[in-house]
Amino acid sequence: MVMRTAARRAALLVLVFGAVAVAACGKKTPPVARALPPPAAPSGSAAAPARPPAPPEAVPDPAVVPPEPVREDSIASASLDDLNRNSPIMPVFFEYDSSDLSGEAQAILDANATALKKYASWTITIEGHSDERGTAEYNLALGERRAVTARAYLVSLGIPGDRLRTVSYGKEFPFDPGHDDSAWSKNRRAHFVITAK
Amino acid sequence: MNRIFHSIGIVSFAAGLAIVAVSARPQEPPPAPAAQPPPAAQQQPADVGTVITSDGGAQTRIAVPDFIALSPDIETDRVAKMIAQVLFDDLNFEHDFGLIPRDTYASIPTARTLDDVPLARWRELGADAVLVGSVQKTAAGILVQVRLFDARRPEQRVQAFGKEYSGSAVNPRGYAHTIADEIHAKQRNLIGVARTKLTFASDRDGERVGGTVESRSVKEIYIADYDGANQRRVTTGRSLNIQPNWSPDARSIAYTSYRNRDGLPNIFISHIYQGLLDQFPKAPEQTFQPSWSPDGSKIAFWSTRDGNAEVYVANRDGTNVRRLTNNRGIDQSPTWSPNGTQIAFVSDRTGTPQVWVMGADGLGLRKITSESYADRPTWSPPPYNEIAYTARNGPGFDIKVIELASGMIRQFTFGEGTNESPAWAPNGRHLAFTSTRSGKVQVFVIDRAGRNLKQVTNVGNNEKPDWSK
Repeated sequence: MVMRTAARRAALLVLVFGAVAVAACGKKTPPVARALPPPAAPSGSAAAPARPPAPPEAVPDPAVVPPEPVREDSIASASLDDLNRNSPIMPVFFEYDSSDLSGEAQAILDANATALKKYASWTITIEGHSDERGTAEYNLALGERRAVTARAYLVSLGIPGDRLRTVSYGKEFPFDPGHDDSAWSKNRRAHFVITAK
Repeated sequence: MNRIFHSIGIVSFAAGLAIVAVSARPQEPPPAPAAQPPPAAQQQPADVGTVITSDGGAQTRIAVPDFIALSPDIETDRVAKMIAQVLFDDLNFEHDFGLIPRDTYASIPTARTLDDVPLARWRELGADAVLVGSVQKTAAGILVQVRLFDARRPEQRVQAFGKEYSGSAVNPRGYAHTIADEIHAKQRNLIGVARTKLTFASDRDGERVGGTVESRSVKEIYIADYDGANQRRVTTGRSLNIQPNWSPDARSIAYTSYRNRDGLPNIFISHIYQGLLDQFPKAPEQTFQPSWSPDGSKIAFWSTRDGNAEVYVANRDGTNVRRLTNNRGIDQSPTWSPNGTQIAFVSDRTGTPQVWVMGADGLGLRKITSESYADRPTWSPPPYNEIAYTARNGPGFDIKVIELASGMIRQFTFGEGTNESPAWAPNGRHLAFTSTRSGKVQVFVIDRAGRNLKQVTNVGNNEKPDWSK
C-alpha cells in the first residue's frame, strides 16, 4: 500500500513536471518507491533513517529517481523469492531423532538472530523437517519439535515471538532426495522462510 | 441423484461414480451407508435359500464362467467377460470359496441361456456350484442377471441365488462387486468388501507446490476401488494433502491439508459425492491426522495448538474441542476402538514412540507396545480385537498386529523394503499398508493370515491408505 501510494504520487508529480522518462521509472522500479520512508516501519535500516512519515507534499523525493539508487544493502531491496533463494537466514541441522541444538546450530542461530534484528520488519516461518527414516506420522511431530526448538532459541536472543511462526513438514519435503547418510543429514533441518519484509 | 453431482468441484470423479448408482436406485433407501449404492434388484427370481457347501467339509468349489452376452454387440460381450472376471476376483479375495481357475473351463460347452448351463459337466470339473450370469443391452444401459446353481445334484437344477440388476453400463465392475457382496452375505453370512474403497495420498501428478524456492511435490488425496481399479483424484489443492480418513458412511474423507494461505496444516473434509469441501474450524496452530469416531459424530486428531503434540477430540463440525492428553512428550496418531469407547494413539513419553490406549475421555491410560519404535496404530473391526501398527525392524519398518486380550503379536512383513501405515478392511480380513519393496512407496493389501499380498497402486508414491467401511 505504502509503495503504491508513493508510486501514484510520483506519477502525479511526473504529470505536473511533464517528465515522461521519470514517470516510467517511478512506476516500474520498486526501489524508487521505497526511497520514500515507509511510515509504519521507521526501523528500515539503510533507508533514510529519521524521516518521519512524510507529510502529503514531500515533493522532492521522487526526483531522486535517476538510475538505481545504489543501496549499500542489496538484501533490503531484494524480492522475497530472491531473498529465500539466497537467504541470509541459514538452516540449522539436527542429529538423528533429535531436536537438540548442537554448538554449530546455536552459532548459526546466533547469526540468524543478528540478521533478524537488522531486518526487524521481516517475519519468518520456521519449517521443521526430518529425514526419511522415521514414520510419516511421528516425523511430523518431530519436525515440529525441531522448529519449536529453533524458535525458542531465537526468542531467547530477543527476537519477538510474533515474527516467528513454525510449521512441520515431517519427511514430506526432503532437501536432498537421496537415501544415504549424506542426504539424511541435510534433511534433518529447521529451514527458515522469509514470509514478509 | 444426478442433481447433487452438479455442484461439483471434482466433476470427472463424480461422473465416473455415477455408474451403477444413478439409474439403479428407483426407491432411494434412507441415507445409504454404501459408498457406491448397489444396483437395486428389480425382480427377484425365486431363490430357494440353499446354502451350498462342499461334501466332507472341504472348501466349496465354485466356477465362474464368462457371463452370457444376450445382445450381439462387441461391447456387451466385453462387459459380460469383465463382470465374470471381476466377480471371480472378488470371491477369490475373501478365500471363503474355492474358485476353480478360469483357464480350466475350455472343455465345458458354453451356455446360451441361464437355463441350459450344463451342470453335470461342471460337476465333472469338480464344481460344487456354478455362478452364471447374462448381460443384455437396454434403453437405459444394461440388464444383468445372475444365478448360483447347486452343482452337487445337477439333475435337480437347484438355484441357490438369483437376481437381476439394471443400470448404467459405465462401470461394469460395480455389478460384479455387488453380486460378490450379496453372495458372500447370503451364502456365508460374510460382510464382503467388494464395494469398499481405499483412499490414500499420492504425488503421481508431479505438480509442484507454488510459492516455494525449493522444488516440492504436491500430494493429493485419491480414492480407488478396494482392488485398485478406478483410481481418482479427490483434491485439487496443489498443496500437501495427506492422512485421509473415511467417514463411517464412506461418503466423506477428512484429511490434513496445507492449502491455507498461512501454510499451516489443518483438517479439511471433502464430501466426495456432493463435491463440497468443509474446513474443520481453523485453529491458530497446526492440526493433523483426523480420525472419525465409529458413529461419525466426532473426530479425533492431534495438534500443536497448546505448544506440543497432543491428542484432541471434537464434534465432527469442529465444536466442543477437548484435549485428551497432557504431557511433554509427543502424543499423536489417534484411532478409535470399534465401539468408540477407547482411543489408541502414539506417545513417546517413555522416550520412544509406542502405542498407548486410553478411554475416549482420556482416562485409563495404558501402554500397549514395547517396540524400539511403533507408530500408526489402527484398531481392527469386530470380531477381532487387535491393533495393527508399524514397528522399526532394522533399517526399516514392518507391519505387526497385536491381539489385545492375549498380547500376542503377529508380524506381516519381514524387511521387504519399509512398511508403514496399516489400515484394516472393514471386515477385518485384510490389511492395506504401504511398502517400498517394489521401489517407490505403494499401497499393498494382504490377508489376515499374512498371505496373498497384492499391490494396488503403481504410479508415483502412494501413502497413508485408509479403507472405507
